[in-house]
Amino acid sequence: MGWAAIRAYTILVYLFMFLPVVVVVLLSFNQNQFGSFPMTGFSLRWFEALWNNDAVMRAFRTSIVLGLLTALISTTLGVLASLALVRYAVPGKNLITTVLIAPILVPEVVLAVALLLFLNWLGIGKSFALLLAGHVIFTLPFVILVVQARLVSIRRDVEEAALSLGASPVQTFFSITLPLLMPAVAAGGLFAFTISFDDITGTLFWKPGGVETVPTQIFSMLRNSISPEINALGTVMILMTVGLPLLGAALARWLSVKRGV
Amino acid sequence: MSVEARERRQPWILLSPALGAVALLLLVPLIFIVVYSFWLRAAVGPDTPGFHLDNWQRALTDPFYRYILLNTLKIAAITTVFCALLGYPAAYFITRSRGNKLILLLLLMLPFWISYIIRTMSWINILGSSGAVNTLLLSMGVISDPIRMLYNEATVILGLVHFLLPFMVLNIYVSLDGIDTNLEDAATSLGATRWQAFLQVTLPLSLPGLAAGGLLCFVLGAGTYITPLILGGPRDAMFANLVFEAIITQLNWPMGSALSLLLLLVLGALVAIYNRFLGMSQLTKGLG
Repeated sequence: MGWAAIRAYTILVYLFMFLPVVVVVLLSFNQNQFGSFPMTGFSLRWFEALWNNDAVMRAFRTSIVLGLLTALISTTLGVLASLALVRYAVPGKNLITTVLIAPILVPEVVLAVALLLFLNWLGIGKSFALLLAGHVIFTLPFVILVVQARLVSIRRDVEEAALSLGASPVQTFFSITLPLLMPAVAAGGLFAFTISFDDITGTLFWKPGGVETVPTQIFSMLRNSISPEINALGTVMILMTVGLPLLGAALARWLSVKRGV
Repeated sequence: MSVEARERRQPWILLSPALGAVALLLLVPLIFIVVYSFWLRAAVGPDTPGFHLDNWQRALTDPFYRYILLNTLKIAAITTVFCALLGYPAAYFITRSRGNKLILLLLLMLPFWISYIIRTMSWINILGSSGAVNTLLLSMGVISDPIRMLYNEATVILGLVHFLLPFMVLNIYVSLDGIDTNLEDAATSLGATRWQAFLQVTLPLSLPGLAAGGLLCFVLGAGTYITPLILGGPRDAMFANLVFEAIITQLNWPMGSALSLLLLLVLGALVAIYNRFLGMSQLTKGLG
């Protein structure tokens, strides 16, 4: 098989990956009142409809609060655990890592059922607290993987220099390790936020009646029929989940250039 | 307390919140549903604790459950094969292309950030009765009525392949990228054709990546219930749909426990076999 053939094949694979998503974005600007093909002109009417749709705006608020809290808790737990694993000689390190990664080794449906039934037995039924617990446990492994990878590359001598100059371990952490770790913390937090923002598999099990996140809102709108509003909502979600990391990366780059690192 | 003792205690203090969370929110709940699966559903009021084998007996012998389980494994297997067929050449191209490798990889990572439900429902815009394909065919006069392409097993597989392909490409890429290209050159200089060199040198060396990608695609594919709900018809339920039905619709939690444990056992056995022969390190490499 020639190189040209492989190239053509790869282009087709990329088209397969992206074409459906491009169509979602295109149709969300469609003027046609059924929101389907053919495109009749450019219009923002579906975004306006979203803005005026109370259920959708409520779902957005729920998703954002849930995502932020998930990112906060998950990143805190993940950074502490990664520090222990990378910076200390802990006995049974492999076993501990496997346990911490376990939430992504178990199929999400099974995790969802187990958590729902157990917390319900403890007296915590379907609620925002259950949703938050589920999102934290599901995003934690990703945060740990990202932060650990970054932490390994931070040289230890910088910390040791601070310690030998009389800084306490806590001082060293806040004035040396944490600033160096910041990109990893930000990446972990962003990762946790996006995964939480996108999740539907577990969320459908955990959410109380009447509470919707953006994905479950889309899911329930799909039950009726595919309306152009869903495409507009999809476009907003794509902008958020793709745009945020890109923005974050650009910001990190700008900061490091400014600091001259 | 001596400095050494403190030094020894410190990592455990740092680890305890995360380990505590995993224990309380995953490990103990898993043990709990093992116990729960032996309880019985009560007609009224709370489920009856006890040791009854009824749920397990039904989960293991009911022909409908068995049919759905086998069908789920079949769908996951077909999905994995398609991911490999589409993903391998693409990963090979990215590894060997000069210059724009990073952009190609970044583009490939992009779908990871695009919502799963958006990517799944996007196929309705393409294949639906007023979707792109039907509109095009109608306007060209090839057909006079829209063709019904959606809501069958094929579209479920299509949706799953679209969802899982990046996992496959990434794993193969990691594996291919670690292979010294001189090896292939050495083979050709010794008289092998390019194709022979690929088949006998590069392909065998990249098999660990292919296996890791395959395992991820299979396990993630076999555990989904959203794709069949959006792109499948009423008869295209997968095993996770049975779990969802039992827990959310029928509120039969003991039965739901047994069914989700059965799914965990089947997929866990697969991961264990993989781990026995290839180890977990390749998998974490692909995730990192």
